Amino acid sequence: MTEHLHLAVALDGAGWHPAAWRLPDARPGDLFDAAYWVDLAQAAERGGLDLLTIEDAFTLQSDHPFRPDDRTDQVRGRLDAALVATRIAPATTHIGLVPTVTTTHTEPFHVATKVASLDWVSGGRAGWRVQVLRQQAEVDQFGRRVLLDRSQVASPEDRQALSRPLFDEAADAVEVSRRLWDSWEDDAEIRDRPTGRFIDREKLHHIDFEGEHFSVRGPSITPRSPQGQPLVVVLAHHVVPYELAARSADVVFTTPHDAAGAAAIVAEVRAAEERVGREGRPLLVHADLLVLLEADRGRAEAARAELDELDGRAWRSDAEIVATDPEGLADLLADWQAAGIEGFRLRPARLPTDLDAIADALVPVLRARGLRPAGYGPGTLRERLGLGRPPSRYAADPHPERTPA
Amino acid sequence: MTATTKKQVHLAAHFPGVNSTTIWNRPDSGSQIEFSSFVHLAQAAERGKFDFFFLAEGLRLREHRGKLVDLDVVGRPDSLTVLAGLAAVTDRIGLAATLNTTFNEPYELARQFASLDHLSAGRAAWNAVTSPDAFTGENFRRGGFLDPSQRYERAAELIATAKEVWDSWADDAVVADQAAGRFVRPGAIGEFDHRGEHFRIRGRSTVPRSPQGYPVQIQAGDSDGGRELAARYTDVIFSRHSSFDAGQRFYADVKGRLARYGRTPDSLKIIPAAVAVLGDSEADARERADQIHLDQISPQGAIAFLEQVWGRDLSDHDPDGPLPSFDPDVEGTESITKGRVRHTKDPVAVAQQWRDLAESKGLSIRQLIIEVTARSTFLGTAKQVAAQIDHAVQEDAADGYILVPHLTPHGLDEFIDTVVPELQDRGVFRTEYPHETLRGNLGLEPVR
Repeated sequence: MTEHLHLAVALDGAGWHPAAWRLPDARPGDLFDAAYWVDLAQAAERGGLDLLTIEDAFTLQSDHPFRPDDRTDQVRGRLDAALVATRIAPATTHIGLVPTVTTTHTEPFHVATKVASLDWVSGGRAGWRVQVLRQQAEVDQFGRRVLLDRSQVASPEDRQALSRPLFDEAADAVEVSRRLWDSWEDDAEIRDRPTGRFIDREKLHHIDFEGEHFSVRGPSITPRSPQGQPLVVVLAHHVVPYELAARSADVVFTTPHDAAGAAAIVAEVRAAEERVGREGRPLLVHADLLVLLEADRGRAEAARAELDELDGRAWRSDAEIVATDPEGLADLLADWQAAGIEGFRLRPARLPTDLDAIADALVPVLRARGLRPAGYGPGTLRERLGLGRPPSRYAADPHPERTPA
Repeated sequence: MTATTKKQVHLAAHFPGVNSTTIWNRPDSGSQIEFSSFVHLAQAAERGKFDFFFLAEGLRLREHRGKLVDLDVVGRPDSLTVLAGLAAVTDRIGLAATLNTTFNEPYELARQFASLDHLSAGRAAWNAVTSPDAFTGENFRRGGFLDPSQRYERAAELIATAKEVWDSWADDAVVADQAAGRFVRPGAIGEFDHRGEHFRIRGRSTVPRSPQGYPVQIQAGDSDGGRELAARYTDVIFSRHSSFDAGQRFYADVKGRLARYGRTPDSLKIIPAAVAVLGDSEADARERADQIHLDQISPQGAIAFLEQVWGRDLSDHDPDGPLPSFDPDVEGTESITKGRVRHTKDPVAVAQQWRDLAESKGLSIRQLIIEVTARSTFLGTAKQVAAQIDHAVQEDAADGYILVPHLTPHGLDEFIDTVVPELQDRGVFRTEYPHETLRGNLGLEPVR
């Protein structure tokens, strides 16, 4: 029997190709309106996708890796992804909502509360793509720390070494969030009239996290949310973020370029899990793909060429770019599944065009091949991904004030 | 005075708070955390054409005698997150979030409010509060301590810095001209560059200028410094002065400060918090008010209240018995309840006053606490309450009220269904929203 693939879509602006906003079906004037995002989310839900992600960053999009640019011919600007996700929530029913939220400059207490609150508003569909920010421009926007200037560091290895403390900080931020999410046991609210108590305070817990960058006392201000632990996701391209994912996440998004590369990345992820001593369920390993779908492969390639011409250069990206037909993409997904990939996050080159093609053309092909379920069943996002609902880590602890090991 | 020249009333809805005024033990007390409760109250308030829906904030659960407070409602979701969700199920009502100026950074805060303003098509409001306490700071990266004299400085600088971020994109920056291949107008995305005492930040914001330009600014400051700050920057004051006389004094004082900053009296709305208790007759309303107060102050809650003044464990006292005969423990009073602003400046004097009151009226501990905490700003039939509100507004005791219900989520249903029509009949309250933005509905000038 074929295993189902997990399927996600990554939403950003008018699509992932820099010239996508110029196509007739694009809605570039609506990118900062709620209705646009609701329409996209509803299209994804029409296709029965497991979750959608929303990109975010504190700096404006730029062609330059370390500095802002002054281009006026590409989309610039983004709204706060966590708020966009929450705005979408009441207008959808099933799809998981996974905004990008940074850990580098933010307060872990605020982040944890926001994600838990998204889980409450969405009825158990919240996730969080943990993001580390490494640019000087972001430091300047907050003005409270000093980072070494990455643009002055020549080799990729040195840059990775420079990043490590920021990834360690991200792991701390996730740890704080996970403790805060557990800091109210599920049955903490008792409303006991005879004793006049609203909560059983023995079931609320200080988390007493002490780290290099922050310490957080707790408990959370927000009761334990429907999923208990909202989904935590890391996008990772090399060993340092693989280890962050292995320490902290439920799902890792990766960027293989072929089936052999996919198998190699899965092995690297498993090795990272071994190194950090991950306990419990292994990471779900997903692969990112940039997709441009047309009824036949020739038209898909022509559409890609047209976009490249509008942008004035060939499109490059961290993830593999696939311009093909639905059957061709389904073949590729099945191949990579055989290499150990459990799910895919598809980044549509054009919005809404390629999202509609995923929902209306790709998904039927995948269903026909037994790679996708016929529709949504009951349950939260975690449950749909087979992750269940973990009990609070404090629930069995007879000493509520004690910090867990 | 004709109906057309009468001052118009502004109304707002406060989600029931995390304190003893919220009754959680009745059969019709709903969830304080489920999204559906927020939806109900916000949609009811929108049906009543209220100006805005208001959420408070708390960043550390309160502790009493070293333990988490368990007698009141505890726990709530993040304000901005809930409001972004409510933007999906409402169309016109303003969405006001309380956000602390001590535990937030200006760029991130500005970005979030501008995003909410986009996602709600111009309905965002920000109640800026300050807090210097190290107790709350234990949950935060930046830590807690801020010299009290610095908290207003930081708040003022944070607001000013947020405005620099909001102003950094030109209004018409996004052109999205597909034919010309021009998404943004050249030079329309500027840099913010703030060099101040509390913040030194610069860069480019990711969020285009939002429909209102700035979210509506709300403040609750009551000290002389707080009033001056409000007179200078604020659009709405959420004051504590809900009684008629105190309201008039506060109103005259604050509105009198506006000219100094070149502002007209109409440019700042004074909207105190208020509690309205309704009944079929005045006597019925009074009876209902008594029952509400009994539900609000449980026997255990009465002792906890007393302990805040006495500064020590009084759990061996009978709530239905007399007050302690001894004086408060002045040494310990600073820290007995953490995470709540302490209003009792002189506990020994307060205790004496309470003992005198209890003695003269023959009150037990619980009865005394009810006596000193019970507040209903407006009481009577719907017609009477509408007349009271109208009178207070016409006589410049307020520009309107933020109504604080004691029940979630149905606490304002009756007011909306009975008092609002009376106010509309009196010609002092709108029957339709005149504008799409909150700023417009409050009668405030557009930003710049």
